Amino acid sequence: MKVSIKRDDAFVSYDVDVEGVTLLSLLNIIKTKIDNTLSFSSSCRSSVCGSCSMRVNEREVLACSYKVQDGDTIEPLKNVTVLRDLVVDMDRAYSFNAKAKAWMHSQAESISLTPEDEKINELQSDCILCGSCYSACPVYAVNGEFLGPFSLTRVWKYVSDKREEGEQEKLNEIQVNGIWDCTLCNECTLVCPQGISSKADIEKLRMKSAQYGFMDPNFGSFGGGFGFDGSPSF
Amino acid sequence: MKVEYDVIIIGAGGAGLTAALNAKKEGAEVLVLTKEYPTRSQTCMAQGGINAALGSVSKDSVDAHIANTLKSAHGEADEEAIRFMCGEALNAVAWLDSIGVCFSRTKEGKIAQRTLGGASAPRACYAQDYTGLKILHTLYDKVLEAGIEVQSDRFLLDILVDINSSVCGVRILDIRSSEVLEFNAPSVILATGGYSRVYDKNSTNATASTGDGIAAALRAGAKLIDMEFVQFHPTALKNSSILISESARGEGGYLLNSQGKRFTNELDPRDAVSRAIHTEILKGEEIFLDIRHLGEAFIDEGLPQERKLAKLYENIDPVYELIPVKPVAHYTMGGIAVDHKSQTNIAGLFACGECANHRVHGANRLGGNSLLEIVVFGKEAGVNAVEYAKSANINEAVERKSSLDILSATTNELDFYAKREEVGDLFYKYVGIVRTKEELQVAKNEITNIKANITNYGVSDSSKVYNTNRIEFLEFINMLDIAESIINAALSRDESCGAHFMAREL
Repeated sequence: MKVSIKRDDAFVSYDVDVEGVTLLSLLNIIKTKIDNTLSFSSSCRSSVCGSCSMRVNEREVLACSYKVQDGDTIEPLKNVTVLRDLVVDMDRAYSFNAKAKAWMHSQAESISLTPEDEKINELQSDCILCGSCYSACPVYAVNGEFLGPFSLTRVWKYVSDKREEGEQEKLNEIQVNGIWDCTLCNECTLVCPQGISSKADIEKLRMKSAQYGFMDPNFGSFGGGFGFDGSPSF
Repeated sequence: MKVEYDVIIIGAGGAGLTAALNAKKEGAEVLVLTKEYPTRSQTCMAQGGINAALGSVSKDSVDAHIANTLKSAHGEADEEAIRFMCGEALNAVAWLDSIGVCFSRTKEGKIAQRTLGGASAPRACYAQDYTGLKILHTLYDKVLEAGIEVQSDRFLLDILVDINSSVCGVRILDIRSSEVLEFNAPSVILATGGYSRVYDKNSTNATASTGDGIAAALRAGAKLIDMEFVQFHPTALKNSSILISESARGEGGYLLNSQGKRFTNELDPRDAVSRAIHTEILKGEEIFLDIRHLGEAFIDEGLPQERKLAKLYENIDPVYELIPVKPVAHYTMGGIAVDHKSQTNIAGLFACGECANHRVHGANRLGGNSLLEIVVFGKEAGVNAVEYAKSANINEAVERKSSLDILSATTNELDFYAKREEVGDLFYKYVGIVRTKEELQVAKNEITNIKANITNYGVSDSSKVYNTNRIEFLEFINMLDIAESIINAALSRDESCGAHFMAREL
């Protein structure tokens, strides 16, 4: 099978006699038997570590859970500094978790969770920080300060935890370059290997923010200003 | 000499991050260095759970947890360390719960627990089938809150020791630039994981489990113990060694041979089931895991990952077909010897997690005790490293050879990738589930031979930027040192014990 891999500035074509394998297996064959200089990241091989995210035919995938096809074009993630070949610098995307203060602020001791409560943020806590969502996000592509999908999902994970007592403190951190900047285009949802919808989480964070009196700052520019009850008046 | 840190931690899995949080809490300046990123370690692959005798589901006691752990250890454990770990388990789980780990819950709102092999009660607290992942990520979130400095893409070369034979820092290779960096601190904690990748593709582990910290510790003069104890998990996918969780058998899955016959009690301890499978394979049988009778609805609800992985890697759908399996290396009980303060025989060098040997698993680890170990002893290592650092005076490193120096002597005539795979297969065959003295000796000769000719191997990629070819060669060298330790330890233990099974004859 023939595949084309983006290496620094040019695409390089590889012809490998193999079929029905994952993209990661193919990359390992190329690396160990054909071209030792090919660089990519991988670790667990079973879709939980988030290391091998990349793009195939312009779509984000985990190399370890994608069956490679003849003619595939393989590229590194977008919206991120490429260190070499398919290896990208995740430091910036990771830094948004700190910026968004995505951790438990203060926990109520008296509240116990039920299986139903557990379901509220079960999916959000499946996130593996692979960065596919940042690669697909058109807002992050033009605004490098946008907190971005996985960090906002993580904030919702903690805000929606019934034990979290610092809801308002958590919401404070995501008003600027955060939930209101998202265009709800849903690209993040489509590429998430864990089936998480950051778009839906952002919508929930907006509703929760509205309950605390936070407002969408973008409405201000429509000239109508705001009514005294906080609702926009067009 | 610039000393900016009190404690340097190598490795950012569950053990390393727990150590970091506790060291920081004690007021120390902490630096965490990892060859990956802090959420990509082996810890994220742990599915089963973390043991603590909470008794949420049915009656349980710390004493029962101790007794089960001791029994599984086959007399090769430190009872005091086990008592400490099992006693601290309750605090460990309470702490994880308090920082926001999304444990599964019972209807009464308690932390849910399930029974894993060798446990007398449902004792493993879990978060669906992502227990390790959720613990690791929550620890990472707290590390961000604490403002702890973490540097990714940093490969450990050497542990630096001063004139008093005390640790004084580490030598690191920056993977991104190939720059060699040195960091000084009176305390260094190794939390670098196990060495199952010596078995190469015959292991469930992430490719990073190459024992770098153990090899560096060995070079610095640290003592290793029980290296021969390698746990083989009975059910990994035959072609890819991807783990099929014990829960598949726990839920009622059968093991079958080529004739479609059952041949063992599927719920025996891992070492026993692995040996039973091994015996069948030697007879020429192929081994399959059969979960078809559980039905599609049940499989999709209870074992969705298993279905996905079997389809992906074996091109079979376990709802309708048998899953081809084999036992592969899964967890390494051996490691760096530490005392009750998690300190090695080198002053100021601490170790925790799978790279350390606190002698709590002995010759066979129980499911649910490894996540427990990393949290309990991660804390101990962190706290004790800070205590030590307070009164330690360190000097300049004694000039010692860098483990990178070997590269300049290599000729790259031979392909180390091919040899790495060969060593993995050799180990699987001769230093595997059943061992004989003769076969161990064959393996030893081969490793000695490769080590003697190591300069014939080498690196093809000369780039200074993100050169994974070079990193993988350095890992290969580390694994050769570890391979030698495993064989020597195995040869010096004549009797079968837990995971180390010596056959009397071929």
